[in-house]
Parts: sequence; structure tokens; C-alpha cells
Amino acid sequence: MAVIILLLCISICIAGGFLVAFFWSVNDGQFDDTESPSQRILFEDKNKNNNL
Amino acid sequence: MANKQNISKPVVNCYHCGDLCTTQNVSVGEKYFCCHGCKSVYELLNENELCDYYALNKFPGQVQKRESRKDKYDFLENVEIQHKLIDFQSDGQTHITFYLPQIHCSSCLWLLENLYKIMPGIISSRVNFTKKEVFIAFNSKDISLRQLVETLANIGYEPYLSLNDLSSNARPKTDRSRWYKIGLAGFCFGNIMMMSLAEYLDFSKLIEPKISIFFKVFSLLLSIPVLFYAASEFFVSAWNGLKNKYINIDLPVSIALVITFLRSIYEISNGISNGYLDSLSGIVFFMLIGRWLQSRTYQTIAFDRDYKSFFPIALNVIKDNIIIPVEISDIKEGDIIQIHSNEIIPVDAILSKGKAKIDYSFVSGESLPIALNVGELVYAGGRQIGGILELLVVKEVSQSYLTNLWNNPVFSKDKGIKESNFDIIGKYFTYFVLFVGFLAGFYWYLNGKEQLMWNAITSVLIVACPCALLLSTNFTYGNIVRIFGLNKFYLKSPEIIESLSKIKHIVFDKTGTLTQNSDSDVRYIGTVLSAERRHQLASLLQHSAHPASKMVLSYLNEKGLSFVNHFKEIEGNGIEGWIDECHIKLGSPSFVGGSFDVNKSGTKVVVSIDGKIIGDFVISNKYRNGMDKLIQRLKQQFSVSLISGDNANELINIEKLFGKESAVYFNQSPEEKLQYIQKLQMNNEIVMMVGDGLNDAGALKQSDIGIVVSDTNNNFTPASDGVIDATKLNNLVDFIRFATIGRKIIIFSFLISVVYNLIGLKYAMQGVLSPMIAAILMPLSSITIIFITYGMSEFFAKKCKLK
Repeated sequence: MAVIILLLCISICIAGGFLVAFFWSVNDGQFDDTESPSQRILFEDKNKNNNL
Repeated sequence: MANKQNISKPVVNCYHCGDLCTTQNVSVGEKYFCCHGCKSVYELLNENELCDYYALNKFPGQVQKRESRKDKYDFLENVEIQHKLIDFQSDGQTHITFYLPQIHCSSCLWLLENLYKIMPGIISSRVNFTKKEVFIAFNSKDISLRQLVETLANIGYEPYLSLNDLSSNARPKTDRSRWYKIGLAGFCFGNIMMMSLAEYLDFSKLIEPKISIFFKVFSLLLSIPVLFYAASEFFVSAWNGLKNKYINIDLPVSIALVITFLRSIYEISNGISNGYLDSLSGIVFFMLIGRWLQSRTYQTIAFDRDYKSFFPIALNVIKDNIIIPVEISDIKEGDIIQIHSNEIIPVDAILSKGKAKIDYSFVSGESLPIALNVGELVYAGGRQIGGILELLVVKEVSQSYLTNLWNNPVFSKDKGIKESNFDIIGKYFTYFVLFVGFLAGFYWYLNGKEQLMWNAITSVLIVACPCALLLSTNFTYGNIVRIFGLNKFYLKSPEIIESLSKIKHIVFDKTGTLTQNSDSDVRYIGTVLSAERRHQLASLLQHSAHPASKMVLSYLNEKGLSFVNHFKEIEGNGIEGWIDECHIKLGSPSFVGGSFDVNKSGTKVVVSIDGKIIGDFVISNKYRNGMDKLIQRLKQQFSVSLISGDNANELINIEKLFGKESAVYFNQSPEEKLQYIQKLQMNNEIVMMVGDGLNDAGALKQSDIGIVVSDTNNNFTPASDGVIDATKLNNLVDFIRFATIGRKIIIFSFLISVVYNLIGLKYAMQGVLSPMIAAILMPLSSITIIFITYGMSEFFAKKCKLK
């Protein structure tokens, strides 16, 4: 059963990794403006080929 | 003006801004424009192959009718001012953030992020849509700050530069701590729950004691950051409340959190159970989400503007025949300043040169501009309409007539700390819980069961955490603010909803609030004018630049005018002249000597031909649509009064609107408006002020709720508690009704949470509250509350026709 302790440690480390990723994204300003990225993605870039 | 009724032509919308084109002379190919400003923006974009701007949205632009002068941005060459505006500067790169109130659609976003195509010196630009800001990195060797601002102005996005930018040098950093807290609490909550679940489901005790201890220690470690970091704001707020000698709802919450934590340590260390750490972190997690929902207000709208935001950054000062731009705070008494058309005069000054036509609607609420002669005093806050002026400064910005209003003590104190109803409920709740806890403890003490006594006291304190009450207020108010926002009624903070539901008296301003600023009605009363007469009047009127003359002229709508002999204009009074052997006099009743219909109210231009009065042109304010209905509905529930800085010309119309029994005041100075609100409040009335201009600023601040009516989203509004779009003013009654319902929703959901609390209390008083029961009751009550508050507020929003 002691293997559970190991598994628990691994799972918490993975979850902790996501927590750190979340902190990183917040720190990066991803949650400051949630409106513009949703618009920005719809713009076409004229320099590239449109034949996709 | 309302009088451009050229119905014969087909309707053509401006390709740039979508306004109706009055002529079809301004065009490029098949594309028509309402003015040359709009056309030049199009041409500029077309040259740079940026016409996708028009493809993304229909009529994305803003009307460009107001022409700007060339030297408007001279002051941006001043290095000191530059430094105050710029965020960061190194050898090649300069970073700056502008506030562009015009940003409203994806076209704006697209164009502003493609700025580098127009100006090669721009390295990159990035829009923050929520804040209506654009961050620009540019190469200061290639372009200057001034060129950058001018380019933005040329494409229709004139940056809003104000004194406030200068005074608060460091931009307030966006507070992201709540995100960290929610993330952390959620993470710990999930993991602690996972480990506790094993204990709960381990009925036949399969887990080895070693592993069980590991679980417990691990949960304890995880709960430490939750209590000390994520939950810190509850402790801080409770402590602040205590310091100010009042108990707020965060106090019982804090007590419950601390006791839960201590008891959990005790139970874990004595091997009794695995503690209540899962419930603890869960509660913190839900409460933080609630707080976040409630605090999501409107970043784009500044609710705390004072006069500084309305004034320009710099003025042109004339020294020894040289014009230099000087920062406004450096302007001294005795300086000679130059004011251009459409600029706001920020100081009290004496007119020394030029024809002044000052629009004081900003300050006093008067709807028509006033003509002033050389030597007369011009007050700060007026806007010059017409040509260039030279003025001698009498009082500096901080001392002027207008800014004096801000020295009133109202502006230095915060409306802030008021005990809300729910704080009061929270207080009694705390007393009740303490009482019950000790009662239970006392009972077990008498029975000689000391262990159970401690159990009971702590459990009661844990169970009775008023987090459900907190959740219900947070979620309900958060959702109401959101629904209001969808209806273009933007509140500064959710606490205002509670005050909104207690309103007794509503005070209106007239000009700009009940009436439209940009529009007036012209009517003619008198002997019917023949076509020839109309032609004569128009010929005379075209020589006068007075706004009243212009309104009448555009009402007459005549073309090809004839010659006037012996034209004479008495500034601010009227005009006279000879046309076709007729002596025509036009002007105010005092100038002409009487009027056709003395009983009619409104500003009048009286017509007299060869000394005989034949009729009046009555210029009256145009009321917003639906105001009569709104006042009628409001009067059924509240006292309503009107306080205006304008003269009593409109009295008859106002009485029709408000009825004879309502209080109506005219010619009120900004201070008098403030005092009137104070007087009402002394009679224990809860007052809402609905206004629009700087002249209402004092009253808005003094009132319990100050609401500003705004014609466009980017209109500059004085400090207030809420901004309402002019088209939605009709719904004011619905908004108030919905706020009242919101209070009832909270009370209802609170009652439900009390039921949960009572169930918990039953276990707690017996001293047998197990961690598992707590872990079931806690999320169940939280989720019920969330569903009830959300569902009910959506349902009633539909009923109030706000959805």
C-alpha cells in the first residue's frame, strides 16, 4: 500500500505543475483583457496565402 | 440641429461613420461621406491599404466634423510633459499607453494594431479592449510623440490626454492577487478533498495508519497557504472593521475559519479524525469566487473624474509675442493665454482680444452660449465657440470659480464605509451564534462532560459561519451588476444596488439630463410668413453668428440670400437691417421691445417689421423621448424634484412634466445644488441625483447615489456612482425595481442557508459534528445558494423587462 504515497506525491506534483502554469499565465496578463484576443483571432493576415 | 429635413433626397449614410449625409458632394467614387474629416480618414486608410477596417464592421468610424488646428499638440514637444506621459524610454524604443475612448469594435482593434503600416516608426501596438487602451512601442528617432498623437488623431482616434495622467505618474498596476488566491484555494481544496474522501469512504478501516497519518499531515500542509494567503482578505477586512468600531460580516467568517483550523489541528494531532480542512478550503474557494464576481465592474468607465480630467494638459501662453505651450499647473496670474475654438477655458480670466461666445452648459447648465465683450470676465469651465481668444489670467486653475467647488468638504470625504443591511444582519447573527455556542457548552459543562463542551462550542462556531449570506449577496449583486451592464447602466460598485433599493427622493438636472444637449426645437408663432418674408429674414440672419440666429436660420432653410443694408448687430441682443425697403429687427424681447405671445416660455427671437411685431421664433429644449412617462412612473413611488442651472424659461414645460406639486428650482449654482441635496438628506431622505455635467458634480457627490446620464459611451462624465446611457434613462424605474427585488432574493436565499445552518447546528450542539457531515453540508449549501441567486435574478430580470 505504501506505493500510494508515491502516487500521491506524483499526482500532487502534476497538479502543482498546472497551478504554476496558471500563476504564470495570470502573471503574464492573460486574464487582464479577455476581450481583444477573442477578436484578434478572427483577423486574416493578408501577407499569407489564403488558399488553405 | 433637428431641422435638416431634406427629405426629397435619397438617404445616404456616411461610409466612414454612418451618419446621414446632408449633401452628396463629399465622395470618393461610389462612397459618400458626411464631412471632409471622414473622407480624409478614408483616404488615409485607403492609401495604406487598410480598408479592411470598413469590411470588418459597418460604419466603424466616428464622425470627424470637428476640425482640429495644426498647433494643437505643440505641447507634446515639451520634454517635461513628454516624460510624464511616457511609460518607458530607452535609446531607440519608447513605450506609451493611450486611453482612446473611441475604441468600440473589432475594426478599431484591427486598425490600431496595424498602425505600423501607416507610420513606419511604430514598432508595435497592442489594444486592451476592456480598458480602451492602446499600448504603443515606437522608435523615437523616426517619429516624435507629437507625430504619433497627430497620426492617431488623423485616423479618428484622438488620444485622451488629461491632467490626471500627469499627476499620477505611476500607472496603477492591475491587481491580479485575486486570481492567484482563487487558483491556490481551488488547488488546495481539490487535493485536500481527494485525500479526505479516502477517509470518509474507508468504512472497514482498510487504510494503514501510516498512510492515514501521511494524508492528514499533507492536508494540513496544503491548508496553511489557504488560511494565511487566500483567506487573508477576510481577516484584513474584519480587522479594519474592528478598528473602525463596527462588526462586519467578515468577522464571524474569520472567527469560523480560525476555529475550524485550530480544531482540525487538534483532531489530527490526537488522531480523532482528519479535521475539517476540506470544508475550510472549500468555503474559502467559493467565497473568493463570489467576491471576484462581485468586483467585476466596469474598467472602461472612470467613475472618479474631477475637473482635472476635463481640462487640457497645456495652454498656449503669449510672452513677448511668442507663443509657447505651458503646462496648465504652471500658468500664473497675469499670463496671457490663447484659446481656440471648442477649447475649454481652465482659468478665470479677462477677455482681452477676440469675439467670445462662451458655452457654459458644462458649468451652469445654461443651454445657449453667452456673448462677451473685451474686458469682461470669463469663468473657468466655459467652452469657446467661434474664433481665437486672448485672455488675461485672473485666477489660476486651482483657485478658479469652478474648481472652488472641489474645495467643498464633500469631495474630501469618502462615501465609502457605510454599514450595509447585511452587515447588520451579520452582526446579530454573530451574537446569536456566540450565544447558542456557549449555551450548548454550558449545558455539557453542567453534565460534567468537558470534552463534549469544547466540541460543541467549536462546532457551533464552525457551522454558523455566515458564508452562505456572504455568497448570496456576492452572487446576487454580481449578477445584477452584470444585467444592468447589459442594459447600459453601469454601476461603480455592487454596494450601490443596496442603496438603490432604498431610494426615497429623486432629483433631476434639466439641461443634458432631461433634455438633449445637442438638439433644440424651433417653432414659429405669429402671422404666417410669406416665402418672400422668410427669404428676407434668412438674409438678415446669415450675418449673425449667434447660436440662436443659426438655429432660426437652419429652421427657415432658405437658399440664395439677398443683400442687406445698414446691418447692425448688438452682441447678445439682436440684429437689424434694411432689406427691400423694409426695416427688419430680430432679437430678444428686450431688444425688439415686446414679443408676440408673452405667455409662451422658451428662448425667443422676436420678429419686428417696420416697428411692428409680427411673430416669435421660440427655441426650446428638446426633451428626451419618454421622459413624461418616466416622471409619471417615478412620481407614484418617490418624491421627484428638479434643480437646474438654467433660467426659468422652460417653467411651463417643466410643470407639465413634473406637475405643480413637485419642487422645481431654476438658476441654481453648483453649490446651491449641493446644498439642496444636503437639505433633503437632513430630512432623512435617501436621495438619488440624476445629472450630467460638472455643475452637478457637487450634488452627485453629496447625494446617496449620483447617476450620470451619458449620450455616448465615451462622453466625459463627472465623478458618480453610476453611468446610465441616455437611451436607457426611460428604464430607471425598472432598474430601481430590480434592485429592490435583488434585496429580496438575498433574504430568501439567506433563509434557505439558515435551514442548512440549523441542520448543522443540531449536530454541532450535540457535539457530534463529524468532518463528513460538514463536508456534505458545506458544498451543498454553497451550490444551492449559487443556483437560487442566479436563477432568481435571471427570472426577475426578464420580468422587469431587463433581458
